[in-house]
This record gives sequence, structure tokens and C-alpha cells, in this order.
Amino acid sequence: MQVPAPFEYERATSIDHAIDLLERLGSEARLIAGGHSLLPMMRLRFANPEYVIDINDLADELGYIRVEGDHMHIGAMTRHRELLESDPLADVFPIFRDAEKVIADPVVRNRGTLGGSLCQADPAEDLSAVCSTLDASCVIRGSGGERIVSMHDFHRGPYETAVGDAEMLTEVRIPLRPNGSSAYNKVERRAGDWAVASAGASVWMDGAAIADGRVGLAAVGANTTSIEEVTSVLAGAAPSEELYERVGDIAAANCSPQTDMRGSAEYKRHLAKELTRRSLRTAVARATGQEA
Amino acid sequence: MEVSVNVNGEDVTREIEPRLLLVHFLRDHLQLTGTHWGCDTSNCGTCVVWMDEEPVKSCTVLAAMAGGHRVRTVEDLEQDGELDPVQEGFIQEHGLQCGFCTPGMLMTARALLDRNPDPTEHEIREAISGQICRCTGYSMIVRSIQWAAQHESAVSLEPSTAGSAS
Repeated sequence: MQVPAPFEYERATSIDHAIDLLERLGSEARLIAGGHSLLPMMRLRFANPEYVIDINDLADELGYIRVEGDHMHIGAMTRHRELLESDPLADVFPIFRDAEKVIADPVVRNRGTLGGSLCQADPAEDLSAVCSTLDASCVIRGSGGERIVSMHDFHRGPYETAVGDAEMLTEVRIPLRPNGSSAYNKVERRAGDWAVASAGASVWMDGAAIADGRVGLAAVGANTTSIEEVTSVLAGAAPSEELYERVGDIAAANCSPQTDMRGSAEYKRHLAKELTRRSLRTAVARATGQEA
Repeated sequence: MEVSVNVNGEDVTREIEPRLLLVHFLRDHLQLTGTHWGCDTSNCGTCVVWMDEEPVKSCTVLAAMAGGHRVRTVEDLEQDGELDPVQEGFIQEHGLQCGFCTPGMLMTARALLDRNPDPTEHEIREAISGQICRCTGYSMIVRSIQWAAQHESAVSLEPSTAGSAS
């Protein structure tokens, strides 16, 4: 039987209460949302918090998907199932539905949350790549107030984020820009597994040309941040198979996959290229109303 | 710590260790051994129960997290000596051989049909995609759930056993 090491359980009843608890209990306290990343880590004793602070009572307060001004705001406790099923989200950012369809399985998606996924910061985690692809920002709250960091600054490396000891991620904000679309592709060994490799792409069109675009990868290196070189190549480019090929090559050259039980580094690099091409092709087709 | 959970319509309070997982709370503290304990890694799905009407993998929920919530287990499917249509479906269509995955399959199937009384085969397969069966090849489980859907729609004018355990 795999059992976590002993810990004390606390339940937060509000965001402020959660932050108070974090401040009082110190660096050995961890928030638990859906628990589908943290509890497995605790059972394997990779994570051994002394205190676990349950924030599921904040699911109403922090579970939302709504447009405010020129940003989409998504609460950190929004569960995978809600991200999958939200039509307003899929209308603007179809990449979320693409990714959510292949994140874990329906029962796990009933529990797991956006915030938990991002804070886990697993290099193979899909939503970090999605949020990087969409140039999202993360709202981090502490007792001194809120601060907003880009995904680039949020995701510091494997299992490490910008969230401090007495802080919590409360919201993800994604800029709403016209004439854009997005897509996500993932290769997994079996339904619901972590990615062997995956790639997201987003584009914003200016007439027939790509005004701006981003690519985010998962499972092919320590970071899931977007690739700067892709963005500069896509700016002002006319969509074509040659362009997708070139961007795929850039993605493959800018990742650092490791050989493991899910595949060889060479195979993962191939996937990074091919999945980038496919996501980019689909994103452009969607943005121009030509999706098959 | 003390935890109070509504299990199958009954409020129960027990003294537990905070690290106790819901599946072990159900099996070892409440002797509700219908819920099975399988892979321990939220992959196999035999431990699926409902928390507030949603299927969850009880090996990946702390019993403490279930405090104040409603939990429904496979023991609650039978009502007044009548099997739930999904249970009857698994009998009629031979949806089990060894039976290890069955409690989780039944709870997921019940939740699916409550939300979607007439699911396609694809929707059924998607719903149970987080659950592993090593006996049936899934075809018979799918047929069992289809059997339940067909027979429920025939009698569903009475607001029957579907829904809340509380």
C-alpha cells in the first residue's frame, strides 16, 4: 500500500484564510486542490509536506471562466472538466478543448484543476504548454496583495514556479486578440497518459498573413515556455506548408528531450517537429475559417 | 482528526489519520468493501465512487477532503432489493468475469446515464476510459451499459433511483 507520510490537515474557507494558513504554517505547508498530482507525489514520498491545506471549499470562488475587458479570466480552481466543456472558452481558445480531451481521463478531470496543473509544473504537463502558447499571465496572491507574472516567469523549471511560500495562484489571464485561433496535439502511449511529446500553436492573422504566432511544447525538456524564434519567424509570414515545416524544425532544434520509458530523445524530437506542424496548420485553418 | 461524511445517505463520523485515503476509509473504517482498491495511482479506476454526484477515484482523495460531502458507493446502487439497471445490465450482458473492476465501472456508468440517458458507444467508451478491465475486452461492459440505457428509457417515466444518494 502506498500511503503518504503523516501530515496535518487544514481546510481553508476563503482565499485570505488559505494565505493566512500558509503564512502561519511556513514553507512545509502545501495547498491541495484536486490532489491528482500532489497525492501521487506524496504517496511516492517525493513530496512530504508537514501540512496540507485543502482549498476545495474555494471551488466556487475560484472556479470561473469569464471575459473581463480584453482578457479571459480563468479561476485557478476551475476543474479540467469545466475547461473541457466550456463553449465560450473553446470558441476563443480551441486549444483548451484539444488539450483537455487528452488530459488524464473523465474521472480524473472531475477533480484536477487548472491551478493545480500549473503549480505542479511537471515538464510534461499539458496546460502549462497551453498557457505558454496563449501568452497567459498568472495572478499570484499573498498577504501583501496580488502580482501578475507571465508564464515565462511563472514556470521556473521542473516542479518549480514563481509562487512563494505564503502565496497562491488564484487566476490565469489570457489576452483576447482578434482574428486568432489555436490548436494542440499530443502523442501519448495510451489514453490518459502523460505526453510522449506535445505541441500547441496559436496564431493571429492580419488578412491572409500571420501577424503573430506562438508555439509551446510539453514533455521535451525542462521548460514548457514558448519559443522566441518561432514568434519572430511567424511575424508577417504567409501561411504555407514550407512555413510549418520551418517552424517545426525550429521547435525540434529548440527542445531538449530525454530518452526514457516513453521514447527515445530522437523520437520525441521528431514528434516535436511533426506536432508543431500539425498544430500550426490547424490553428491557421481555424483562424481563417478553413478548418476541415 | 475527526471527519464526518455522508456515505450512502447516512452521516458517519470517525476518528482518522489525516493521511487516510478515501478508499481505505470506506473499506477499512466503514467495511464498505464493494469499492475496490487497485492500482493506487489513479489509473485503474476500480476505486471510483461518487463525491457530490460526480465520479472520483477514491484512492486519490483524502478521507478528510470528503468531510462535509456526500459519498455514494456501489453498495447504494441497489434500492429496496431492486438492482439498479446498470447492475442488471452487467448481469444480462455478462459485463464482468473476475469482477474486480466492476464497482468502479458501475458507478461511472450510473453517473453517465444520469447525465446522458442515451449515450453513443463512443460516449460510453469515453466515460469508462479511465478504468481498466483485463477480462472482458470492454465490449461486454459497453453492451451492459447500453442494456441499462435501453431498459431505463423504457421505464424512466417514474423518477427512479437515479440521482442523489442523500
